Amino acid sequence: MSEASIKAGEVVARRTMARNALRLLRTAPATAWFGMIVIVSYGVLALFAPLIAPYGESQVMGDAYLPSSTAHWLGTDQLGRDMLTRLIYGARNTIGIALITVLLSFSLGGTLGILSAIFRGWLDQVLGRIVDVFMSIPQLIFALMLLSIVGSSATNIILIIALLDSTRFYRISRSVAMNVVVMDYVEAARLRGENTSWIMFREILPNILPTLVAEFGLRFCFVFLTISALSFLGLGIQPPTADWGSMVRENATLITYGKFTPLLPAGAIALLTVAVNFVVDWFLHKTSGLRDEK
Amino acid sequence: MHPVLRTVLQRLGLGLVTLFVVSIVIFSAIELLPGDFARSILGQAATPETVAAFQKQIGLDEPPVQRYFYWIGGVMHGDFGSSFAAQGDYHRQVIDIIGPRLKNTLFLASMTALIAVPLALALGLLAALYRNSWFDRIINATTLTMISFPDFFIAYILMLVLAVKLGWLPSLAKVNPDMSLGDRLYRAALPVLTLTLVILAHMMRMTRASIIGLLASPYIEMAELKGVPRSKIIVKHALPNAWAPIVNVIALNLAYLVVGVVVVEVVFVYPGVGQAMVDAVRSRDIPVVQACALIFAATYILLNLTADIIAIVSNPRLLHPR
Repeated sequence: MSEASIKAGEVVARRTMARNALRLLRTAPATAWFGMIVIVSYGVLALFAPLIAPYGESQVMGDAYLPSSTAHWLGTDQLGRDMLTRLIYGARNTIGIALITVLLSFSLGGTLGILSAIFRGWLDQVLGRIVDVFMSIPQLIFALMLLSIVGSSATNIILIIALLDSTRFYRISRSVAMNVVVMDYVEAARLRGENTSWIMFREILPNILPTLVAEFGLRFCFVFLTISALSFLGLGIQPPTADWGSMVRENATLITYGKFTPLLPAGAIALLTVAVNFVVDWFLHKTSGLRDEK
Repeated sequence: MHPVLRTVLQRLGLGLVTLFVVSIVIFSAIELLPGDFARSILGQAATPETVAAFQKQIGLDEPPVQRYFYWIGGVMHGDFGSSFAAQGDYHRQVIDIIGPRLKNTLFLASMTALIAVPLALALGLLAALYRNSWFDRIINATTLTMISFPDFFIAYILMLVLAVKLGWLPSLAKVNPDMSLGDRLYRAALPVLTLTLVILAHMMRMTRASIIGLLASPYIEMAELKGVPRSKIIVKHALPNAWAPIVNVIALNLAYLVVGVVVVEVVFVYPGVGQAMVDAVRSRDIPVVQACALIFAATYILLNLTADIIAIVSNPRLLHPR
């Protein structure tokens, strides 16, 4: 009997969530729609890059710095590779790496933050002080320093940025979870004898998820920009992998000849971050009534 | 004034502790080096003898605590040790590499701050006062877009338009100490402009937000209901309480400049510390990287410390936290 009632509850909950989502989408402002459309099209480009791109990722097609033609819509880069192809593959590599990084830092920072809120005591103190130290060095500077030690490769970048960025997730998930931990239902779960992971993932996480999702979006923008900056400095994703940050650096000389080609990958980065920011802005507005936070 | 002094001193002490811990973290970077680091610096052909000699040269044969105090003692009077980059047996001193560049970077940052801070405060205030007007909406959308742009995107757009297409400004910011102030300003105009745009957006949004938050508080409404004129509300009622958040906003964004200079200096080939750091990271010249990281981190910490202290001094409510 109890099983049936749980099932019924689930069905109702799911329906209202879908209905809510639809209703929410209908009221979305133009900026949020723009953002969502951009994000979805980037996603499609990234997922189906090999099908969409006209040539191979690092296939040399002819002379370097060819102007745009019917064969190469956006011309070729410094090694004679098709610019459009590199841009499309760049979506896959650049966004993919940023996404993995944020997911990693989200799970690390989020888990530690909730644990801190549950246990308090020495764990909270120790983690808190470590995070304080990490946050008192500017992130890009810290990342540069660590990269000089371990050398730059995609894996190192992901690990370093994820570690540095998890401090922000730690802070925010700890502070939101603090408000939830003291709730009666958490106390009830504890008295019922539920273990820590149940309390973390079934009692606390669902209640702090909206804040974390918004933070996820903002952090994604930040991480994406940091990784692009590192690649632009030549210390991020290494060639021949197509990556927007490196593409800007590799073709930067064209600017002095009045060509806008190097602006294309930079613009691709900018467009995605603008889109994510628009969506997050709307999401924050909807979920918490916050208007001027960030 | 006694409790104020105590709070300020506490904050200062905390700042010093932070600086100390951060210096330890930066120093420990060299401890974390993988074992084959010497080999990757010296190349695969290095014999065990050269590897040992290299390790002795960077002092890895001494205990870390001793080396830390030796290092930090040197840093106190401007000696950051010698660089890994060698010409024969001669190693350049880190301070000789960084010293002149530090002046250039300070010049760039202070010029940016001089332009960006007043402009951002004025625009933020206007946007807050006329909120939801078309002016506010445009400012809001523009700044949100600007924040999302990578620094080098703004830099290259400005370079393409102002330097290449219009030819008004030089596209590369090569400065040297012999130039006159006007000449240096002209050469550095594009980097300054880029950095201004980058921090302007952040600063304006935060100024606007903090003033709107303040204007919503009950005592401002009270003043409005009393019939106090609007200008007087701002100057007499809102501003004294707004100083703390505004100073915080300024410090936060000047701290952001610390990161911004790295990318912008590389784009415009401006001879500053940021560029030195990137070059050093590329050649894995750890002493130079450590020196740059320490300088950037210390600036960052000092800026935040200053903001906190000004906030404490200017806001009586902060004297009795909770």
